[in-house]
Amino acid sequence: MVPLQAYLTLAAFIFSCGLYGALARRNAIAMLMAVELMLNAVNINLVAFWRYGPNREDLAGQTFAIFVIAVAAAEVAVGLALVIAIYRSRKTVYLDEIDLLQG
Amino acid sequence: MAEWYQVLMAALVGAGVPEWIATAIALLVGVTAIGLVAPLIALILVWLLRKVISRIQDRIGPNRVGPFGLLQTIADIVKLLSKEGINPSRADFMAYNLAPILSVFGVLLLFAVVPVTRGLIGVDINVGVLYIVALGSIGIMAALMAGWGSNNKYALLSGFRVVAQLLSYEIPLVLSMLAVVLYAGTMRFGELAEQQGNFLGLGWYVFLMPGAALIFFVCALAESEQTPFDLLEAESELIAGFHIEYSGMRFAMFFLAQFLSGFVFAWVGAAMFLGGWQGPGVDLPGIGGFLAAGYMMIKTFAIYLLMIWVRGTFPRLRVDQMMSFCWKILVPLTVGLISWQMVVQVLDLPIPVIAVLVLVGNLLVMGIGLYAVGRAIRQEGFRTKRAFTPDSLIGTVQPVAE
Amino acid sequence: MPELPVEIPIPTPHQAVFIMVAVATSVASLLVVTNRNLFYSALCLVGALFGVAGVYVLLEAEFLAIAQVLVYVGAIATLITFAIMLTRGIMFGTTSPNNRHMFAVMSMALLVFLLVAGLVDRVPWAVAEDLTLSGDGKSLIVDLGWEFVTTYALPLELIGLLLLIALVGAVMLARDDE
Repeated sequence: MVPLQAYLTLAAFIFSCGLYGALARRNAIAMLMAVELMLNAVNINLVAFWRYGPNREDLAGQTFAIFVIAVAAAEVAVGLALVIAIYRSRKTVYLDEIDLLQG
Repeated sequence: MAEWYQVLMAALVGAGVPEWIATAIALLVGVTAIGLVAPLIALILVWLLRKVISRIQDRIGPNRVGPFGLLQTIADIVKLLSKEGINPSRADFMAYNLAPILSVFGVLLLFAVVPVTRGLIGVDINVGVLYIVALGSIGIMAALMAGWGSNNKYALLSGFRVVAQLLSYEIPLVLSMLAVVLYAGTMRFGELAEQQGNFLGLGWYVFLMPGAALIFFVCALAESEQTPFDLLEAESELIAGFHIEYSGMRFAMFFLAQFLSGFVFAWVGAAMFLGGWQGPGVDLPGIGGFLAAGYMMIKTFAIYLLMIWVRGTFPRLRVDQMMSFCWKILVPLTVGLISWQMVVQVLDLPIPVIAVLVLVGNLLVMGIGLYAVGRAIRQEGFRTKRAFTPDSLIGTVQPVAE
Repeated sequence: MPELPVEIPIPTPHQAVFIMVAVATSVASLLVVTNRNLFYSALCLVGALFGVAGVYVLLEAEFLAIAQVLVYVGAIATLITFAIMLTRGIMFGTTSPNNRHMFAVMSMALLVFLLVAGLVDRVPWAVAEDLTLSGDGKSLIVDLGWEFVTTYALPLELIGLLLLIALVGAVMLARDDE
């Protein structure tokens, strides 16, 4: 059996990758992808805790993971629509060039 | 795990093989069997398609190589092997070369969950029905990669069409399969076949849910990119779709994937709606297993022949027709069907009453669906006729006003 | 054969598969955020998402694994690839794909990883003694469905509403104004 710690470490690594991508990338779509990675890392943790936890009849971990997947789908749909709308009006998807409010 | 796996493992461990080597050997045997049998089936499928289509079109079809032209496909493969594999100069190397492999891979994975006989099924996972739909997304990615990687606008257009069509038809496909899952209470293909053995074949779900079966068949045609939904590779407008830039074996891999995905969907349909491997004499000791496998294959090929018949008969849909057929007809119908079935099954009724109510709902759905399609076709006919009357402005070349 | 100073444990098949899946997933997710070519990033994202589905299978949450492939690979990754293709005009520019905080962020992410990875071993997790799952996977899926319509009925409805709002909102945002 794989120890719980292995899953948690894997999730931590994926989360760190996502964190780096979300903060360092200039492209809005790349940032969205990194956010997806972070959500996936969280999901791994949720499912791992459900699987290794003392109370496996309580399916809260899996249920929560499914909710996270559903929210991620909504987030991507709206996020990409925003990106496309911005691209259409400003001809860029680089986040540091979208500075309308700076005047 | 399925029975074949346990038998093989028991034999190997009994022969003194360490357990992890035995696991590896057993899994390897399963994978190799699927990997070898599927392309062999494709050989038969290609020959069958060409023969049947020829008969529909009043031709003879392949008849030179081997008896009845049976070896024609092998000759074609030799030809494809000897062709030059061309890399377009501006193509995206990785996406371009990975796409054909992925598309075959995605289809071969589907063969892992379809049942052959009782106990002979790759893996009888408890989400088998959903697995079929979920793994279809590999095909979508492959088409998108091919369309993008080829650096060709027709290929890219076709890639977009693939995504639009396959994602859209996934919804009614899932919902029509869900109708069966709701009634049977399981997503395992093994159990689904087991439950259809009653009443001398009248227990097949196609008799109980003809509406769901019809919608499944239509969606299977769309998901495996066959006529009338083959606008993804429409020769007359997109030349060959996303595999326009491919030649030789890489083209053959797309070809193989397409044939096999049609066959897998026929197989799934046979397993879900036509009783799987059920038939007279499957419980006999000894030959029962062979009979069951034979029934399974006969049913699968029957559905595949139906697909070929459709292919030889119907014209191709336009993009807007394809989309509105899915979203305006199929999706509302399947949602209605599922809701009706849920209400019926939640009420505490005796089983025959539930069955009759489900059947009524399905017949209703079929009626409404066929009426809606008929109306759409009539309207389309009026529009086409109007467009080509002499005094019409659409469809005719008008002299330019000076 | 000379005795090795430390005993190298031979992994069981389950552990071997986990190691392969974990390495593949980690490499893919690292490539997602470091690749210059956005299209390759998206392909690596698909790989990483498949890897996560594999992790779910190893954790015996098959339904979740299938849902992951169905929603993430089938819909989300495809949508992202689509968006990349639609905005491709500026994808291969000569400007850097990263902003000026790149190195600060990199060290911060590394720090977060080291912190969490260090903590993971020190926390006394309440791990169950017996790790075998009771019943087959089917009863698990039935239970999951039951939970959704009893305990989590309200969140499920809210998720449905959220998806509807997102659908309408996305169509409104991305629509051409003409």
